[in-house]
Amino acid sequence: MSSHQITAEDLVLAYGDRVVADGLTTEIPSGKVTTIIGPNGCGKSTFLRAVARLLKPRSGQVLLDGKAITSMRTREVAKVLGMLPQSPTAPEGLTVADLVAKGRHPHQSWLRQWSSDDETEVDAALRLTGMQELATRPVDELSGGQRQRAWISMALAQETDILLLDEPTTYLDLAHQVEVLDLVDKLHVDLGRTVVMVLHDLNLAVRYSDHLIVMREGRIVTSGSPDELITAELLRDVFGLDSQVLVDPVSGRPMIVPIGVRRSAPTVQH
Amino acid sequence: MTTTTLVPGRPRFGRGRLTLVWRPRLVAVDVALLVLVFLLVCLNVGQGDYPISVPDVAGAILGGGNEAEQFIVWNLRLPRSVVGLLVGAGFGMSGAIWQSITRNPLASPDLLGITAGAGAGAVAVIVFGSTAVLGTTIGVPAAAMAGGLLTGVAIYLLAWRRGIEGFRLVLIGVAVNGILIALTNWMLVIGEIWDAQEATVWLNGSLTGRDWGDALPAAIALGAIGTVALASTFQLSALKLGDDTARALGVRVQLSQAVLLIASVLLAAMCVTAAGPIGFIAFVAPQVALRIARTPGPPLLASALTGAALVVGSDYVARVLLPTELPVGIVTTAIGGPFLMYLIIRTNRRLSR
Repeated sequence: MSSHQITAEDLVLAYGDRVVADGLTTEIPSGKVTTIIGPNGCGKSTFLRAVARLLKPRSGQVLLDGKAITSMRTREVAKVLGMLPQSPTAPEGLTVADLVAKGRHPHQSWLRQWSSDDETEVDAALRLTGMQELATRPVDELSGGQRQRAWISMALAQETDILLLDEPTTYLDLAHQVEVLDLVDKLHVDLGRTVVMVLHDLNLAVRYSDHLIVMREGRIVTSGSPDELITAELLRDVFGLDSQVLVDPVSGRPMIVPIGVRRSAPTVQH
Repeated sequence: MTTTTLVPGRPRFGRGRLTLVWRPRLVAVDVALLVLVFLLVCLNVGQGDYPISVPDVAGAILGGGNEAEQFIVWNLRLPRSVVGLLVGAGFGMSGAIWQSITRNPLASPDLLGITAGAGAGAVAVIVFGSTAVLGTTIGVPAAAMAGGLLTGVAIYLLAWRRGIEGFRLVLIGVAVNGILIALTNWMLVIGEIWDAQEATVWLNGSLTGRDWGDALPAAIALGAIGTVALASTFQLSALKLGDDTARALGVRVQLSQAVLLIASVLLAAMCVTAAGPIGFIAFVAPQVALRIARTPGPPLLASALTGAALVVGSDYVARVLLPTELPVGIVTTAIGGPFLMYLIIRTNRRLSR
């Protein structure tokens, strides 16, 4: 099980003079899948970037096992915490195996660029994501779903207890979104990793998360398990969305059915 | 030699504290380029009023041959080719660093205006500097270094928006390049005619009359800065994945980028000092090297060797194959221009596919 703990303490996040998030305080449950949800521009990706120490908070701090993450050596952090940015791009011609091997970077040095440990971990990561067959193919020639699996393999090879994923399903069709999230679920169930991700699709977020953090206009509105949290009121308050919340016949979790202005009554079948 | 392969395409070489990925193609390319550079140097050195065959030149370089050949090769002709070799290697490596960090083939010091900045600095000293001693031995190199560094810092700061993005950097670099060329032309117009003439030959990139006094500082600079750059290849390979990913992998992105880019700018400025802003080598050499070695992104050592081969080869073309002897920079520009067009057309096709 994951033994590392992340907490955010009164974070204020800004790009230049523009404050995007304010007063973020929360605890990420260890060994679970946490998803940050909220409308566009609510600051959820910014929050994830701050947790990954890619963005320095204007005030407040992110604590990793009780220590301010910005005060730790970035290389040491990289052994505990991995991050997959939103739609990353690989250099043209880089093979899957070479990309996944870059995940070993924090464990390597100039002289030790490819140890037997590196080999074993990269091999394991390729197997887990089903990418061995494609190991020698250039990443830029793969389909969207395969490409995302390759990047997740890289993050896996980093061997970190905590894995942050910024919209890992962007630009994927529904079948591949489910495939990627199944893989995420496997990491958490089989390997006991802590996963924190940002997702746009609310139903998939509910389906695959143990814990939700709901954000709106740069603040955390509420957090908790999807079963308790997801109600028609919350969706109206946070997203401005009229909806019915039913029980998902597949997972037994809440399922959101949006109500628009038009097409909100069953059409007559002829 | 022990290699094992667990991960396809990544055989492991070495053991214990020293382990590398065994990349036979890259090693073969480096060795082949080294041989090619040596042969081109021999070919180039052999040409002149007293022709010497390639094997004899090679013999003389390696310590054999008669006294006359030894004298002609070592004292008269070799310095020119060695300066060409060093300058080509420096430009090649400098371009490879910029192109890797920005992940954009168009972001090389010659297209971004860094060599133009070094050139403008040097021309300023040639045109406005009064004393000959100050002007040539200390003033020109120092001004070229300062001009190159200043330009590098300026375009980096102008292009900085929460990080460096290749395309924005290229656009700003193209504009800065234009401004610096205009500035240089202005200085040439208002300068004394003989100063302007001297500056023009130099601005075209020329190896004429280079001696060991030019080669030595170039060799020292290339050795020192090249070592820093080669030592950073491990960080560079992570930087190629983009700023965020590199940072997530534990790389101190800004520090590594700054070290590499300063090394790259100093290399380019050193080359400009030794032989003028020889056009397009920094842009073309890394792109040729990565195509031969089939690596993702330009390999540093192979780019340096390709640059050396291109400059020495172009010097041979400029001196021997063309009816009148031209500055080497005109030949490299004639090769580089079409290559730039090819690359832009190809990039457009890729994007619109």
